[in-house]
Amino acid sequence: MSEEIYLMKGNEAIAHAAIRIGVDGYFGYPITPQSEIIETLMAEAPWTTTGMVVMQAESETASINMVYGGAGCGKMVMTSSSSTGMSLMQEGVSFLAGGNLPCLLINVMRGGPGLGTIQPSQSDYFQTVKGGGHGDYKMITLAPASVQEMADFVDLGFELAFKYSTPATILADGVIGQMMEKVKLPEFRRRRTEKEIREQCPWATLGKPADRKPNVITTLQLDSAVMEKCNLDLQAKYKEIEANEIRYQEIDCEDIDYLIVAFGSAARISQKAIELARAEGIKVGVLRPITLWPFPTKIIKEYASKVKGILTVEMNAGQMVEDVRLSVNGQVPVEHFGRLGGIIPTPNEVVVALKEKMGC
Amino acid sequence: MSTSIIDPKNLVYAKPVLMNETQMHYCPGCSHGVVHKLVAEVIDEMGLKEITIGIAPVGCAVFAYDYLDIDWQEAAHGRAPALATAVKRLNPDKMVFTYQGDGDLAAIGTAETIHAANRGENIAIIFINNGIYGMTGGQMAPTTLMNMKTSTTPNGRDTHENGYPLKITDLLAQLPGVCLATRHSVHTAGAVKKAKRMIAKAFQNSLDGKGTSIVEIVSTCSAGWKMSPAGANDWMVENMFPVYPMGDIKNI
Amino acid sequence: MVNEIIIAGFGGQGVLSMGKILAYSGLMEGKEVSWFPSYGPEQRGGTANVTVILSDNTISSPIVSEYDIAIILNQPSLDKFESQVKPGGILLYDPEGIPRAPKRTDISVYKIEAMATASELKNQKAFNMFVLGGLLKVCPIVTLEHVMMGLKKSLPERHHSMLPMNEQAILKGMEIVEEMNKSAS
Repeated sequence: MSEEIYLMKGNEAIAHAAIRIGVDGYFGYPITPQSEIIETLMAEAPWTTTGMVVMQAESETASINMVYGGAGCGKMVMTSSSSTGMSLMQEGVSFLAGGNLPCLLINVMRGGPGLGTIQPSQSDYFQTVKGGGHGDYKMITLAPASVQEMADFVDLGFELAFKYSTPATILADGVIGQMMEKVKLPEFRRRRTEKEIREQCPWATLGKPADRKPNVITTLQLDSAVMEKCNLDLQAKYKEIEANEIRYQEIDCEDIDYLIVAFGSAARISQKAIELARAEGIKVGVLRPITLWPFPTKIIKEYASKVKGILTVEMNAGQMVEDVRLSVNGQVPVEHFGRLGGIIPTPNEVVVALKEKMGC
Repeated sequence: MSTSIIDPKNLVYAKPVLMNETQMHYCPGCSHGVVHKLVAEVIDEMGLKEITIGIAPVGCAVFAYDYLDIDWQEAAHGRAPALATAVKRLNPDKMVFTYQGDGDLAAIGTAETIHAANRGENIAIIFINNGIYGMTGGQMAPTTLMNMKTSTTPNGRDTHENGYPLKITDLLAQLPGVCLATRHSVHTAGAVKKAKRMIAKAFQNSLDGKGTSIVEIVSTCSAGWKMSPAGANDWMVENMFPVYPMGDIKNI
Repeated sequence: MVNEIIIAGFGGQGVLSMGKILAYSGLMEGKEVSWFPSYGPEQRGGTANVTVILSDNTISSPIVSEYDIAIILNQPSLDKFESQVKPGGILLYDPEGIPRAPKRTDISVYKIEAMATASELKNQKAFNMFVLGGLLKVCPIVTLEHVMMGLKKSLPERHHSMLPMNEQAILKGMEIVEEMNKSAS
């Protein structure tokens, strides 16, 4: 971590972090509220320094398929978009998951459905963690709640993607993308050489040397028995990720009567809300899932035996609440509070919802 | 007259070294087998086998990667030029080509094709135009001829309903990013020789960073056209060639 | 010490950049800072507002329900945010384009004729710096020295020649701000 402190937007932090950790390529298409990512990359011109390729593609469809091509070469490649653009990418996302290809996707969510709004939202939870594309696949999903985490999760996302050879997503929202906060950026790391990539990713399509068989990146298996085996291998990998990679943060959760579960900017707002609620004598804490998949089921289940009720706060109509309910399995009431269509809930609204829905 | 054709010194023709023993799934009379052979020969003769990355399409050639022993990526339908763009930009010293059919390249993948070419990506595109969707069972392609019967145009292609045969190679030739746009066939020994020369040129262009090359091979689909292999060749010459004439459209 | 600030007006009035300069000034003072903008799809015109928080401690939420300070530059923003100022808080407004003046008596209200003064001095580009000067006079949340450092940091280098002109605008703003209502608390 470099010692210098910068003040920048979450979107800008992502771009700077990507250059610094030695990403090989970024392919993207402009869309509000995340265009600062590609704009910052273009302004920084890393192809003149680290050799990173930065490209504005003709569509999100092209972007995600460029990512597929780059990932198939074992390169560290990424794209970013917002909600509608992510919808367009879902075919490619399914291919990346099916092809066991590591890459980093960033969704700075805006309100939908349809063209929706350019204002912040968290309504792509289902799309991201339940599989927006076709087939049985899972997506490692990191939910940053600060500009610092936007920078940090670029590195973490790639680390997990390469560790398990699978795509990872940073699921941010317009608040985290557009807000400025203090941030420490990662230290500069050079890009891997082709030799290093060939060692780390023996499956990479970088040209076939005489001493190995051809490498083929494909998701096609017409023999159902073989295809079932591919699926079982994927599921085994997902089990391993669920066992090892759950991340969450507990905020003021000692001695609580009520628990708020919230991710991303909704967790920040909830953090302020519990300050206000505690001033009124309500004992409430926030559990913030950092990984939305794998979901922190176990810790939420543990809290279910300690609290009177759980409220999820989400900028959507109630998506993560389903996973919280599954974790709790009916042990305590689980309610949802959300604002929709780009409206950001205020801390006061969360306190009111807490009192109304939890009866506290 | 006791020359033995088994004696290696008398060898005049052999399967390209890059083609493996996998039995091809192509129908009898299909042009794909010949074009695969040409691609394999050119890569070997140019000494490119260790630096070549091929991008396979969705369509009849979806299993191209099973037959040629080089590194391959299998693209989603129509997206091969996007994959090739990234592969080449991230690995500028490699030779990168796509192998695509008419549905893949000129229908679902038109945007990726046009924009890769418009950026002048240093890739080679081998384009098989047989005027029909072979793999899915003979439906209309963007390149299907006027009045030609397919399973989705049972009364023949009608301009009011289906528009006109799309001459995508002519269209691509208009783009400054394209250095080579040429059309060939593989139905005679002479045609095969010419096609091979242009495939080699396209691969050299990729290495030299000259821009995008597209080599269209007007092909037969005897199964989809419901003809004998020989009959399909005759039909192609008579009906396809007037619409898709042979030769260079652009070669700089 | 926490200052939760909303700056609201039309796009093009320098709302977001004023917030940015405040945030950078806070950074120079070693404070925790957050800056969160809200605006429509227009590049010019339309409404724009920005929430800036300066704090000695970690900032929990960049979004708040009510504000210590509201800087209001058009009528729709006054209508929206007047009620969201904390009792005892500060509302600073430019009467240009605000026919209905603030009504609250439980907050301190200050008026600054920044647009009129900027036009008079033919320095409309620095309009938001006059306003910032007014704020610093009535509530010195950051020092002028740190504001100038913040300004230098937030402006591209090619605009650094404009720093003295901005400083003059801030100083002028400090002179022209008027107290309209003093909060009892």
